[in-house]
Amino acid sequence: MSAAANISAVEVVATSKIFNQGSDKHVDALLDVNLSIQSGEFVSLIGPSGCGKSTLLRLIANLLESTQGSIRVNNKTAAQARLDQDYGMAFQQAGLFDWRTVRKNIELPLELKGWDKDKREARAIEMLGLVKLEEFGNMYPWQLSGGMQQRVAIARALAAHPPLLLMDEPFGALDEMTREYMQGELLRICAETSTTVVFVTHSIPEAVYLSNRVVVMSPRPGRILEVIEVNLGSKRNEQTRAADGFFRSITAVREALRGTHAEHVAANAIRGAEDR
Amino acid sequence: MTILSRVKNIAAPLIFGVVFLALWEGVVVGFDLKPYFLAAPSKIVEQFFKNTTRIWEATVVSGTNALVGLIVGTILGIAMSFVLSRFRFLSQLVTPLAISLNAIPIFVLVAVLNNMYSITSEIPRRFMVTLVVYFIVLVNVARGLTQVRSIHVELMRSYAASDLAILRKVRVPNAIPYLFTALKVAAPASVITAFVSEYFGGSQNGLGSRITSNIANSKNAAAWAYVLGACLLGLAFYTVSIILESLTRKGQTK
Repeated sequence: MSAAANISAVEVVATSKIFNQGSDKHVDALLDVNLSIQSGEFVSLIGPSGCGKSTLLRLIANLLESTQGSIRVNNKTAAQARLDQDYGMAFQQAGLFDWRTVRKNIELPLELKGWDKDKREARAIEMLGLVKLEEFGNMYPWQLSGGMQQRVAIARALAAHPPLLLMDEPFGALDEMTREYMQGELLRICAETSTTVVFVTHSIPEAVYLSNRVVVMSPRPGRILEVIEVNLGSKRNEQTRAADGFFRSITAVREALRGTHAEHVAANAIRGAEDR
Repeated sequence: MTILSRVKNIAAPLIFGVVFLALWEGVVVGFDLKPYFLAAPSKIVEQFFKNTTRIWEATVVSGTNALVGLIVGTILGIAMSFVLSRFRFLSQLVTPLAISLNAIPIFVLVAVLNNMYSITSEIPRRFMVTLVVYFIVLVNVARGLTQVRSIHVELMRSYAASDLAILRKVRVPNAIPYLFTALKVAAPASVITAFVSEYFGGSQNGLGSRITSNIANSKNAAAWAYVLGACLLGLAFYTVSIILESLTRKGQTK
């Protein structure tokens, strides 16, 4: 891992999130989650639909408030970290603004930071180089393919050089080939910029290929079942996908997930028996 | 291929129009229909060119009423939509009213307004157009300001953007296509409202009053000539709104 290890990037302590507390739409989304992410680490959150992994990401981003517990980002409260733009965010949809050119899209977070025009433009051009879209700066988002749009979204998220990148299934809408290419690009970009990443995904191979650690979560109420270390080294490439260690880690994650599945089936069976 | 399909696109409606006019002429001549029953297209065109000055004068009167109402209504509609998008409780009060008013012919109110002003005043008509345009613009622009993609708002919040910044960088750009949709509806509606307003008394100087007075005098072909003028005015308004739209959307049409 990088030299910056042991400096905490994200600190989630005894955090719970309940939606619509006290009403009949009450949902326990997260229950007593503890997670510590070191600077420079790549951590994936994986689990079945509705396990609260996106909720956890939004709590870290301070787009949601936790019901209990504390979250610190970059050694600040999550709220302060958001105000200081200490993180960049990317979603499943690129979410680019149709009325802005690609370059202007990347400049948006910088505009909000009050950067002047020349500085913004220079940075946007630098970011276009980072995601290998130099020639596309003056095009509009809808003129780009899905994978290219997602690269623009990543460039935008990293434009202000935040130390932390939060990603919610960013490659979920891409085809398999583009997806694998984007995974390689993301690793390269994160290595070049030494960015810490929290990455939400449904895909086990994706989580294993990208991560230093994979956090496996249970269905509602979301809890952390297991944190699996992935020892594939810091240099990963197409050979990594054929390595024994890759398959071992995939199996480990799958078994951790299946554990939740087995519990789930057992619980349903008991409930079924009681109904009878 | 594209040129051919473009020619087809223009030629097809053109041929249809010519055939329709020829049939009309044929029916009038063939069945020897009296002019007070149905005027022949050739007679209408003849009347149109005989009365161009008077038709032009009437068009200016109705056109000015429509234009003044369109501009004032658009400005007021935009202003109010900002207020509504800021204060949601107001929007819950006003939006159902605005939508229902859009569905009924409120221009009959001009009869009431005529009683409030002097009989020769153009104000009631302009006020009526303003009112019609106002609600069309209000409903659409308010929708554009509020129906923004949640991912965009979430992104802006992750940048710690203020409400004002979200308004300027997300809501207003999002509302611009909605404004032009509104104008495409409001432009012809303003012309129609200006004509119809003239049917409820007041000065007899606009296209609408000329049409009624000519019909009353059994000058059917002349009435149709004024109708032709009305069509041209409506088309002009619509064309301008489309040109405006294409100018602002330059380079970003999908």
